[in-house]
Amino acid sequence: MRKVAIYGKGGIGKSTTTQNTVAGLVEMGRKVMVVGCDPKADSTRLLLGGLAQRSVLDTLREEGEDVELSDIRSPGFCNSLCVESGGPEPGVGCAGRGIITSINMLEQLGAYDDSEKLDYVFYDVLGDVVCGGFAMPIREGKAEEIYIVCSGEMMAMYAANNISKGILKFAKTGAVRLGGLICNSRKVDNEREMVEEFAKKLGTQMIHFVPRHNDVQRAEINRKTVIEWNKDCEQAAEYRALARAIEGNKKLVIPNPLSIAELEALLMEFGLMN
Amino acid sequence: MSNLSEKTGTGAEEAVPEPLRPQPDPAAAREEFLRIYPEKTRKKRAKQLLVNCDPEKPVEIGANTRTIPGIMTQRGCTYAGCRGVVIGPMHDVLHITHGPVGCSFYSWQTRRNLAKPHPDQTNFLQYSMTTDMMEDEIIFGGEKKLAAAIREAYRIFKPKAIAVYATCPVGLIGDDIHTVCRLAKAELGINVFGFSCEGYKGVSQSAGHHIANNGVFKHMVGLNDKADDAEFRINIFGEYNIGGDAWEIDTLLRKCGVHVTATLSGDISYDQVTRCHTADLNVVQCHRSINYMAEMMEIKYGIPWIKVNFIGAQTTAKSLRKIAKYFDSRKLTDRVEEVIAQEMAELRPVQAEIRARCQGKTAALFVGGSRAHHYQDLFKDIGMTTVAAGYEFAHRDDYEGRSVLPTIKVDADSRNIEELDVEPDAKRFRPRRTEEQNAALAAGGFSYKDYEGMMREMKKGALVIDDISHHELEKLIELYKPDVIASGIKEKFIIEKMGIPCKQLHSYDYGGPYAAFTGAANFYKEIDRMVNTKVWKLVSPPWKRDPQIPARLVHKPKASRAEPDETVKTWKAPAKKADDEG
Repeated sequence: MRKVAIYGKGGIGKSTTTQNTVAGLVEMGRKVMVVGCDPKADSTRLLLGGLAQRSVLDTLREEGEDVELSDIRSPGFCNSLCVESGGPEPGVGCAGRGIITSINMLEQLGAYDDSEKLDYVFYDVLGDVVCGGFAMPIREGKAEEIYIVCSGEMMAMYAANNISKGILKFAKTGAVRLGGLICNSRKVDNEREMVEEFAKKLGTQMIHFVPRHNDVQRAEINRKTVIEWNKDCEQAAEYRALARAIEGNKKLVIPNPLSIAELEALLMEFGLMN
Repeated sequence: MSNLSEKTGTGAEEAVPEPLRPQPDPAAAREEFLRIYPEKTRKKRAKQLLVNCDPEKPVEIGANTRTIPGIMTQRGCTYAGCRGVVIGPMHDVLHITHGPVGCSFYSWQTRRNLAKPHPDQTNFLQYSMTTDMMEDEIIFGGEKKLAAAIREAYRIFKPKAIAVYATCPVGLIGDDIHTVCRLAKAELGINVFGFSCEGYKGVSQSAGHHIANNGVFKHMVGLNDKADDAEFRINIFGEYNIGGDAWEIDTLLRKCGVHVTATLSGDISYDQVTRCHTADLNVVQCHRSINYMAEMMEIKYGIPWIKVNFIGAQTTAKSLRKIAKYFDSRKLTDRVEEVIAQEMAELRPVQAEIRARCQGKTAALFVGGSRAHHYQDLFKDIGMTTVAAGYEFAHRDDYEGRSVLPTIKVDADSRNIEELDVEPDAKRFRPRRTEEQNAALAAGGFSYKDYEGMMREMKKGALVIDDISHHELEKLIELYKPDVIASGIKEKFIIEKMGIPCKQLHSYDYGGPYAAFTGAANFYKEIDRMVNTKVWKLVSPPWKRDPQIPARLVHKPKASRAEPDETVKTWKAPAKKADDEG
């Protein structure tokens, strides 16, 4: 079982990219479980066709200790398995602690057991690595393969660099490695070249460049992944390519985060090239 | 107690008694204490472990700084200082600890701060109330559960006031207890207020005392202007009625004709706290825990404060005389002298008898933020010398005297604790003495705010040790072999295992009261019993009979897997590998 976590700056398209990629993998016949690690519990909406999933934490609260795997895990598109960790409303409690609790619960319920015959588990994690709880999937080997969604925008690259620092920290003591950057294009100047160069400097690769396309938005309005919504469109082919790239990816590295000066120099070089 | 600047009095100042047994050279002992520490620790401990070379000019001591991990400190947490010490003894305020159950359980009556409410009053001290936060509340926030707990507690008990205390996780997840309290106050129509006294704030429980002082001052003091009908009205600050101390002091003062409006905080009701600004003098017993309140009340209401000490017969007499001097009344002064004479007539034979058995014995005290100082006077009463003393959580002024206050560096840890901006109350500020009266008092050797600290009163060459470590305590016992050690519960049994009796001065074990003349007699008897029993010499622990204890390694580290120190310390990014380019 490959244990994958998707990180990236808030709003960059982690959940959309994760679900569309998972759609590509399940279409290929892989067995995939998606664990949404966002208190908003919207990481599996496209696979499930709506916000239909009761979160692990809500279930725990309502049912007490008596929780079954089937209460918190629902089948989605092409038999993908969908779990939402859930968490508090904004501004109260501790969402990080919630993620720790729900991943522990999943383990106790046997969601990762060999008998489940999973090929992949995907963690879709909220925003930046902000505290211990959000780093949970990469701690103690819950996730071993990290992909960072970014774009050619300054803040997205800054966040990607920061996440790399988190990976570096945990890579020292565990099996976690960086699998690559996924560029979710924002159509900024020289975006492909810049992200490729950034990836190279980090010691990793840009595993796929996902062009910006309105079909993603159209599919989302229909509560579907692009592949389910229109399996023959161009964007569906892009996500299949990304899924295949991940499937075949052997390059898992300990990243080498950039200093702020290096990062800014990179932006100057590519952003002002024309 | 030369601390009280009053110089009059009949009882001649007695010199500090000399110990019978020869004592080690203090400077050499100090070196021996510090010797095993790593350099950085030694440097820090050296500032906190001093020889009292010149009691007239105390050396600057390192105090109220962070404990070094691993020294096994005596200290407690900020929550303990706030809920446990300063506010806990208010008997008809309902105390709710917002947090997991342990914090509340372990602050449940462990200090033996007793209360004997009037028939029309309520006593909630036997109860331990908590929101019992579980994982659910940590994740989703505990505000709703807190609001529910306040409502439930109100429904059952109908208290006049509810105080809410934040524990560590509450601060971490950011529950807004103050808003919950404000809303509850509006809804229930009683006083509800919160304390952000998360355990991790500050370097010791001392931070909690300050937070408690601020909260009591902001939310309780000054709410009721009804003054007691008495001529000489005072408040006693920093007296927590451990084992009934406050009752002894109350009784004594009543005999003298002095009325106690409020004792903060020992056997005190909510009503008394709200009216304590109507008194005419604040007398401070424990300077460390409550000087903030004394200062703020002076600024806001015009009530001056003086330092007193009701622990020890001589010092109690001095304190009474000082109070009488402040009120400048012939009647009161005469009555005080009468009472002192009566009390001493009863106490003197007890003291003399016990002194004969205890003279020349030695004591070491490591407790509190005032007790390690005050109890030296009781030991002195029976001819015993304090060879070493130190506080758990006091600041420099408690060691060196208030004159060093302007030179105390305010570090980031202290800045973390709110300092209230206090101004004179437009309606309630009233200077209690005219300038002429104060000038006359000063001319007579009387001074306000007069705490001169522990070191000036200790013998030359005594050891002064702040936040003593386990290692230092063991060394002290080995080198000094004091006849008794006064400390807290955490050290008690370690000390006793080493064959030295230990008197617990947090809760007095099962004894007390020890305050005033009557309490002093109890203490003399208790110490007599402890230092003159032969039981400690009769006990022979197994390691004395057979020092060889067979042992085997449980865990054998694998040499091949151990990382060299360098790699653990420096977490450098790995060099780029060539294949990364591919």
